Amino acid sequence: MQATSGRSLADMVKDALLVGAISTALAFPLVGFKTVDRTTQIDLEFRFGGMFYAVGVITLGRLLLSLIEAGFAQPILAVTGALSVLWLANQVLDVVQLDNEVLGWLTWMAVTVIAIRAWIYFRRAEADKAEAEGREYGALAKQAAALGGRALHFLGPVGVIFAILMPLMPFADQRMVDLGILVLTYVMLGWGLNVVVGLAGLLDLGYVAFYAVGAYSYALLSLQAGFNFWEALPVAGACAATFGILLGFPVLRLRGDYLAIVTLGFGEMIRLVLLNGPDFGLLRLGAKGIGDIPRPSFFGLVFSPSAPEGHTTFAQYFGLDFSPIHRVIYLYYIILLMALITNWFTLRIRKLPIGRAWEALREDEIACRALGVNPRNTKLTAFAIGAMFAGFAGSFFATRQGFISPESFNFLESAVILAIVVLGGMGSQIGVVLAAIVLIGGPEWFRDLALYRMLAFGGLMVAVMVWRPQGLLAHREPTIRLNKLRPPAVAPARVKVS
Amino acid sequence: MEYFIQQLINGLTLGAMFGLIAIGYTMVYGILGMVNFAHGDIFMIGGFVSIITFLVLGLIGITWVPLALAIMLIMAMAFTALHGWAVERLGYRALRNSNRLAPLISAIGVSIFLENYVQILQGARNKALRPIISGGVELMTSATGFTVRLAYMQIVIVLAATILMAGFSLLIARTSLGRQQRACEQDMKMARLLGVNVDRTISLTFVMGAALAAVAGLTWLMYYGIIDFYVGFLAGIKAFSAAVLGGVGSLPGAMLGGVLIGLIEVFWSAYFSVEYKDVAAFAILVLVLIFRPTGLLGKPDIEKV
Repeated sequence: MQATSGRSLADMVKDALLVGAISTALAFPLVGFKTVDRTTQIDLEFRFGGMFYAVGVITLGRLLLSLIEAGFAQPILAVTGALSVLWLANQVLDVVQLDNEVLGWLTWMAVTVIAIRAWIYFRRAEADKAEAEGREYGALAKQAAALGGRALHFLGPVGVIFAILMPLMPFADQRMVDLGILVLTYVMLGWGLNVVVGLAGLLDLGYVAFYAVGAYSYALLSLQAGFNFWEALPVAGACAATFGILLGFPVLRLRGDYLAIVTLGFGEMIRLVLLNGPDFGLLRLGAKGIGDIPRPSFFGLVFSPSAPEGHTTFAQYFGLDFSPIHRVIYLYYIILLMALITNWFTLRIRKLPIGRAWEALREDEIACRALGVNPRNTKLTAFAIGAMFAGFAGSFFATRQGFISPESFNFLESAVILAIVVLGGMGSQIGVVLAAIVLIGGPEWFRDLALYRMLAFGGLMVAVMVWRPQGLLAHREPTIRLNKLRPPAVAPARVKVS
Repeated sequence: MEYFIQQLINGLTLGAMFGLIAIGYTMVYGILGMVNFAHGDIFMIGGFVSIITFLVLGLIGITWVPLALAIMLIMAMAFTALHGWAVERLGYRALRNSNRLAPLISAIGVSIFLENYVQILQGARNKALRPIISGGVELMTSATGFTVRLAYMQIVIVLAATILMAGFSLLIARTSLGRQQRACEQDMKMARLLGVNVDRTISLTFVMGAALAAVAGLTWLMYYGIIDFYVGFLAGIKAFSAAVLGGVGSLPGAMLGGVLIGLIEVFWSAYFSVEYKDVAAFAILVLVLIFRPTGLLGKPDIEKV
């Protein structure tokens, strides 16, 4: 246990101090000073207290991380673990008030990260020792992991049942169902983008453009042509898919990272056209957005306190008292249905030749070409199908909001959807759901921390790429193998000759 | 004619700044083959460090303009370069041998992180700075009364950019560091075998790119007198378009591309429509990538299996 690594304590302290010095220099201009707007000029305020506190935490943390590797994992785990739990308990019970909430959370994060690192190191050291002594280590843990893996299979169906029953539960108030709608919209968008990014391996940074196309198509069709939601939905999806093909066609020859930037460019171009667009008479584009978009009706029954001419309200027909929650629940089921169809469609198409071609193309385009897969058509299908789901989701967004404007479709939105797919594990359906719940639902619950939401998104994207480039719940296995019984004896090595 | 010359001057000024940012993109792409999506935000940080340095100098009482400018320049370059170094060390180094998309996604993460980091620390409103160098010369007046003005600030920007680019080209062409950098660009494995410290070279590439972006940030702040946390997104994409237009991986290409993008943007807003000036830059990027992916001065990029 006390196997010391080669470094002496003095070295570790020196290393920690170096890290401290670098972080001081990094924090000095931007954290140490704060520019404050006054009416006539900008003033400076100083924040050196917070800065030195943060630097101190970083320095100490670095020292602790070195000490963990030097064999002090156990005591550090005990102390940091206890501190982390105590802090959480304090947050819940509100015993001690902190004068700086943000620094408190930062400290908690640092302490927790150290605790996790200590735990990992401790486990690894134990396993090494057990191996050296020839006994099996962690049989129980392995069983638990296997059980967990099996439980993961039930997570999907259980989640679906929960999602179906959720609005009917006693705790489901309007806010809760609204939040469910929001999360499900992002789940659907995530699943749609997963086709493009996760399965076909095409990094699309302008996905929100197709969402916008869907939303504007629905707005146009319903306001100008009098389509209702269900009539407009397929048309909006087709419009978005057409845009996907139109935009995809010229760029698919490009390599991955160029493709990403060009899709970003297309996304921004569509947004700028929507923002500055001329008045086409039929299509009123512009920064003001489009309002009064019709709400969906339930087989002709409208959701409103009183029925317009020639209609019956939902509440009247079923003999209920009018309540605004009826419409919210109805919207919830629409998006749930649409999301489930997206999921079902994706799961099925993965097993078709086209889906397998996507996965193959993701792994090696040149090999695919050699085997006679047409990369252009394959990529275009992925683009079109991904765009189509975004178009559906966009129509839903328009009918739910009743108002759309170009500002809803900026790059940040694309980045959020991409973050959901990336963090969930590219190609994993359930991972997208978990990521959407955490990334979209979480900030809604912790409103105070909403400001830090995007900061955390960015940080998490980097962290996940650095530590687990395949995503939290990765699915990179081929969906179908030729010979299921005999897995390859040697792990396929990725030979890189350059 | 006079209107045209005025636009030419404005376009060259803008293009000089884009060129400074584009160098960072092109060098990183040349050596690592990745699009450093966060580079635009490094540029933004350069602007913020500049404005904070200026305010601190005001507090201390250093108001002599040349001295203040020199200190701002040094501070912006030093602190921004440190940010560039840290971004590479924390966000990209671990991903050097992974698949192509991982570094790009990480870079997008860094970009989102930096934007919100600055927004939280410095506020979301844009920061205005009164002009430090004002005035200019009137070159000519047309019959209709349109006067072509060349602001001193524009002279400073174009001069600074030219000097920096020339010095930088010399650095890459003549010094040992430049040779190592080019060696890594051609064949990293071989360079390592021949004793080049690859990690250090890559770090220095990021440091140099960030320092040049910091100069662009400083000049941007002084030219427009305004900066906010989101400025790096658009400027970054335009500079990337410039790097692509000039040929990714090519230093003269980045400078040429920068000037061209600056000119295109200014002329587009002058003669067509201001609203669509960003569309023009994106359209150039898309068209170049589709019809001439190697850019104007780039070498063809052959993918080996």
